Amino acid sequence: MKNKQMININNVTYEYKSEDENLVAIKDLSLDIKQGEFIVIIGHNGSGKSTLAKHMNALLLPTEGIVEVKGMDTQDEKHTWDIRQIAGMVFQNPDNQIVGTIVEEDVAFGPENLGVKREEIIERVESSLSLVGMDAYRFKAPHLLSGGQKQRIAIAGIIAMRPDCIILDEPTAMLDPEGRREVMKTIKKLNKEEKITIIHITHFMEEAVDADRVIVMEDSKIVIQGKPREVFKQVEKLKKLGLDVPQVTELAYVLSKEGINIPADVLTVDEMVMKICQLR
Amino acid sequence: MLKDITIGQHYPTGSVIHKLDPRTKIIAVFVFILTLFLVENFMAYGFIAIFVICCIRIAKIPIKYIIKGLKPLTFIILFTLVINSFMIAGEIIISIGPLNITEEGLYQGTFMAVRLIMLVIGTSLLTLTTSPITLTDGIESLLNPFKKIGVPAHELAMMMTIALRFIPTLLEETDKIMKAQMARGADFESGSLIKRSKSLVPLLVPLFISAFRRADDLAMAMEARCYRGGEGRTRMKELKYFKRDFLAIAVVLSLFAVLYLM
Amino acid sequence: MKNLTHIYNEGSPHQTNALEDINIEIMSGEFIGLIGHTGSGKSTLIQHINGLLKPDKGKIIVDGMDITSKNVKLADIRKKVGLVFQYPEHQLFEETVYKDIAFGPKNLGLNSDEIDDRVKEAMNLVKLPFEILKERSPFELSGGQQRRVAIAGVLAMKPDILILDEPTAGLDPRGRDEIFEQIRLLHQKYKNTIILVSHSMEDIAKLTDRIIVMHEGKVLLTGETKAVFRESERLEAIGLGVPQITKLMGILADKNIPFARDILTVEDAKIEILKWLRGKKNA
Repeated sequence: MKNKQMININNVTYEYKSEDENLVAIKDLSLDIKQGEFIVIIGHNGSGKSTLAKHMNALLLPTEGIVEVKGMDTQDEKHTWDIRQIAGMVFQNPDNQIVGTIVEEDVAFGPENLGVKREEIIERVESSLSLVGMDAYRFKAPHLLSGGQKQRIAIAGIIAMRPDCIILDEPTAMLDPEGRREVMKTIKKLNKEEKITIIHITHFMEEAVDADRVIVMEDSKIVIQGKPREVFKQVEKLKKLGLDVPQVTELAYVLSKEGINIPADVLTVDEMVMKICQLR
Repeated sequence: MLKDITIGQHYPTGSVIHKLDPRTKIIAVFVFILTLFLVENFMAYGFIAIFVICCIRIAKIPIKYIIKGLKPLTFIILFTLVINSFMIAGEIIISIGPLNITEEGLYQGTFMAVRLIMLVIGTSLLTLTTSPITLTDGIESLLNPFKKIGVPAHELAMMMTIALRFIPTLLEETDKIMKAQMARGADFESGSLIKRSKSLVPLLVPLFISAFRRADDLAMAMEARCYRGGEGRTRMKELKYFKRDFLAIAVVLSLFAVLYLM
Repeated sequence: MKNLTHIYNEGSPHQTNALEDINIEIMSGEFIGLIGHTGSGKSTLIQHINGLLKPDKGKIIVDGMDITSKNVKLADIRKKVGLVFQYPEHQLFEETVYKDIAFGPKNLGLNSDEIDDRVKEAMNLVKLPFEILKERSPFELSGGQQRRVAIAGVLAMKPDILILDEPTAGLDPRGRDEIFEQIRLLHQKYKNTIILVSHSMEDIAKLTDRIIVMHEGKVLLTGETKAVFRESERLEAIGLGVPQITKLMGILADKNIPFARDILTVEDAKIEILKWLRGKKNA
């Protein structure tokens, strides 16, 4: 299961065309994502991560190169809707992606577009809402919910389309810490329990700690890629890129530089507690 | 002031009228309006008034609530009454300077005012007893037969839904921008009319920009969720006629038919 | 030190985010961190200090002026208290950066020379090149730059008290660090009072002298930054945290390693740990 290809990006370049100049947003980028993976993409605003995300469900088409979702070329118009059903997308601003005036109507929006039968839509709405823990809000108006709750509704709306993969473009950027926790818990659950491939874009480093793979983008390219431990170990390089490192990782790094026997790839507080206790 | 307007507001009580199919209610209101304009005697209006009061009772909406909804319209109603009383020639009752109140004018004015009140109460009954979304569904369904002659039924309904969805969001945003500009010393409340309308620029420009940004985002999000117009779309909620709908239509039609003949 | 802001016995008109019986004193020149989760009353509180909301009961005294009394002019409050809202770039509206920043000073009734000076100074403070950007439309700028234009718009009013409501929300780490650095420099240079609302305990720890913790419309805790973060259990009980590094040192202290519980930065933690290790070696 895990070795099946989900998304293949081969030597993709994308240019935004404006009046006086062409802006390169992605440059000769290649990336393969396997089914069931939990990928976190980190980078600055303007590093090209959002543009990359929009290539994964045919919202943008590459200027050069090929993007395939489950073997379907995104350039091929007859696959566009299949691709968008397979690869769902959640956006940054929770207010600007909810269509319905009542929660359940919004969740039903995707399946309705797909032409799913009425009885099945109702069944999907119920199961999707319970998956994100929002069943109690089924008949509420979305504008009365908190940011984290709205994002969970948006996620439920995507799940109701039965996708294999969900791309989340900075879904936590506008949320408070509580909302961020709720959304991250939901995303992780979808990956673990429902085996949905997750591509999560963020600039909060702590959200990358549990990923299978972290991808760091800068200047339209991938600059670091690997398991969270391998990536976060490169404290110096990340700092030079102006990115955050979890405080404990940074501490481990500066201590190991002082010659203390602590591995530089500590990710969590608990790990660090253990490592320091071992020094006793 | 804004929250006093009851037109367009929903007042759920779960009554029989609330449960009627939206199409039934739209047709009934349509017939009701037609009747108001065709019937021209006080007797018939008396019957209509009784009918409206019955409907309000059955719908379990407090009469006070409806009267409150009329308040913002007091001026227009009085204006209709006064203008008509003065403008129509006939037997003079009272003269105030060059202006004459005529008997015919007073009659006509009262008539127009009552018609206006009925019109407002009738249409607000529709929105008070029907949630905006079901109302939209009803309009879409009724317009469907006209698709062939180019009426974009689905698109109109979708536009209404989105508008309804974003009204609270934009209201909240207006409040926020207003406060932010006030914190920078903007004054929205004092000065001449021209100065006051000028002072709205710092409010309206950001509001429009934000609305466009939201529209852009929403279009992208809808596309990502496979929205491609009404073609091939199914609905979670389907409208269904029940016995009570046929009954209601029958009652309304026969009642008003009698009024025409009176 | 004089009393700058004094709030007591306050009740708000909104029931949902009401404030209850709040007494705070803020001294001139303090850098205050205001924390609490969404709905705790933070936003309501800062809008009271700026005079946008009026308390049902109680008084707010800013620099000797009772801003709750009826005969106080709003313009006078604005001169003293500047408020930068969340996502302030959403309030830009003028054709040029210059005009937008000049909006506040103009409303204060200043003459054009004075306005000119203030716009220059404010742009300088947020590190926006005056000559290059003054005639540009604010809407052509990047998100980070737009935000700085908006902050400059408030700075140009030269408030004695500057309130910032999550000034870095939605920015990437680089943009966030730039804004905080500018705020820090501003505070150093002008010694003005700053009230910073933020969800990031790391940022609060780095910047502020004193913290006010709000919970359910009340002030739960207030004190020096270090002292407040020592109360990690109380903070966690209401869903707030402490900086990761403070938490780490706290847990280690629980395990009888003699660490201080009020370590706020990685640098301090490093020094503390090295001290401990060397002390052990000598023993």
